[in-house]
Amino acid sequence: MAKAGSRVPSQQKTFQLNLLKARWLQSLLRSPTGLLGAFLVGSATLAAVFAPWIAPHDPTAFNFTGRLLPPAWLGGDPQYLLGSDQLGRDVLSRLIYGSRISLLVGVCGVLVSLLIGVALGLISGFVGGFADAIISRIIDTFMAIPFIVLALAVIGVLGPRGGNSLLILIVVLGFTGWITFARVVRGEVLAIKQVEYIEAVRALGQTKPTIVMKHVLPNVTASIIVLATLQIATVIIAESSLSFLGLGVQPPTITWGIMLADGRDHLATSWWLSTFPGVAITLTTLGMILLGDWLRDVLDPRLQT
Amino acid sequence: MFPPLLGLTVILFVLLRLGGDPIAHLVDPEASAAEIAEVRAAYGFDRPLHEQYFKQLGLILTGDFGDSFRFKEPAMPLILERLPATIQLSLAAMVIALVIAIPAGILSAVYHNSALDFIVTTLSTLGRAMPNFWIGIMLILIVAVQLRWLPPSGRAEPAAIILPALTLGTSIATTLARVLRSAMLEVMRRDYVTTAHAKGLQAHKVVMRHSFRNALIAVVTVFGLQMAWLLGGSVVVEEVFAWPGMGRLILRSVLVRDLAVVQAGVLVFALVIMVTNLLVDVLYAALDPRIRYG
Repeated sequence: MAKAGSRVPSQQKTFQLNLLKARWLQSLLRSPTGLLGAFLVGSATLAAVFAPWIAPHDPTAFNFTGRLLPPAWLGGDPQYLLGSDQLGRDVLSRLIYGSRISLLVGVCGVLVSLLIGVALGLISGFVGGFADAIISRIIDTFMAIPFIVLALAVIGVLGPRGGNSLLILIVVLGFTGWITFARVVRGEVLAIKQVEYIEAVRALGQTKPTIVMKHVLPNVTASIIVLATLQIATVIIAESSLSFLGLGVQPPTITWGIMLADGRDHLATSWWLSTFPGVAITLTTLGMILLGDWLRDVLDPRLQT
Repeated sequence: MFPPLLGLTVILFVLLRLGGDPIAHLVDPEASAAEIAEVRAAYGFDRPLHEQYFKQLGLILTGDFGDSFRFKEPAMPLILERLPATIQLSLAAMVIALVIAIPAGILSAVYHNSALDFIVTTLSTLGRAMPNFWIGIMLILIVAVQLRWLPPSGRAEPAAIILPALTLGTSIATTLARVLRSAMLEVMRRDYVTTAHAKGLQAHKVVMRHSFRNALIAVVTVFGLQMAWLLGGSVVVEEVFAWPGMGRLILRSVLVRDLAVVQAGVLVFALVIMVTNLLVDVLYAALDPRIRYG
């Protein structure tokens, strides 16, 4: 990894960047699991972005003559590839639209935790002293309580309020997930602080904010990227759990968790309703995990567990 | 151990105040401003916030968490009544997790890069990606609905614990197996393991006595962290299997905004997790004689 702060002529820099890109692509092509992860995440993203063009049906359109149709290969209607639900809505189309909420909540929730966690981690690690003591105590407090229980308590108080439920969910998941970032960044900053070149820039008279932003932050970026990718998987699972429990995004918005909750009532007769949304969640989070593991191997092998 | 609990009471206090006026459901909607002020003063909600917090903290310390408006009973006993069911489920899940993870982790490290290792690694990655409530639903679908081997829900029959414990257990078994595998791989490269082999010790003795015992330290660390995950998962799994535990009560209370119960439940959860972490610290010293406290 190029050390930040060294002055490289711009031409040489672009050359280095190209070399870096080529190395990345090569390493991705050489890693079957990384490639699978990229494929899964790519598919989910495409489904989310182009949902209106890909979905064969309107995901909210009722069809009372074609309710609880089995998947097409089990004698259902070929029009409804993965079958239909209790109101005759197309399962495949609902799955495609459901990817939007999962990815949106996953990415935005992680961005919120990332901003809070990285900021607090940098302050805690670099400033130290009183600030570190306070932030560490807050982290200990959050560690003492399961993520999902805290999210439950916050949502219980704020209430899943109709139109705002999506925003509330993102904020809640963001505010409960930041400790992972804060802990890792704090640990890394404590290590980087001891390195000689930080002492050197300090001797040159750089101010603390400049040192943190220009010399410390670039060196923790790799870990942050890896963590963020893995954390998206965790948040997607948390989102689907909360929606499943009736505390996440509210209907008529389509989410995989709500589809699973609806499907549970028809478990004995229509297995596909509770099977396919679970497969969709698993494949998307699997993609994120594989991509995250690959990124970790490339960027920061020390993070390996 | 106490600063986090104290911190938690602050967080809960702030949260409950954010949730709206605490006397909203105590007064008549048509009450006059003077009447509202009177009720507010009677409950002490007209005092400065920090004073209100310390008053509430005092009540909590005496075990008074307020009454559940749903059950018209004190909140804490309601939670404690359901604690045994949750602990029973968590213990069963831990046993299942260890029974799966220990052999899987050891074998995949000993037969590194074999077909077996590949299967263990693949399953463990898949397990990380599957939401546990979905694993639960699939188990109900296959084992209870299709095969009719086990009851799908409740706690009436002893066999009813198998499916929820399996659901919760597999979700942590994947993490434990992964950690044990990499810890074993690391330990097996050490010089003393080579020495043990060289002095002619039987292979299984080297694995169990020299490698596994030292790899166990990493597993115990993760196990402590997994406790929070396990209890969090129990909320969802108890709901899927209608298991009458603490998690389900908290969830039901959240849905009707019975906040006294939610508050008591969150604090009990935190206390259980902290006690477990204390036990983990004690276990450390037992496993690694180099670690001494005090």
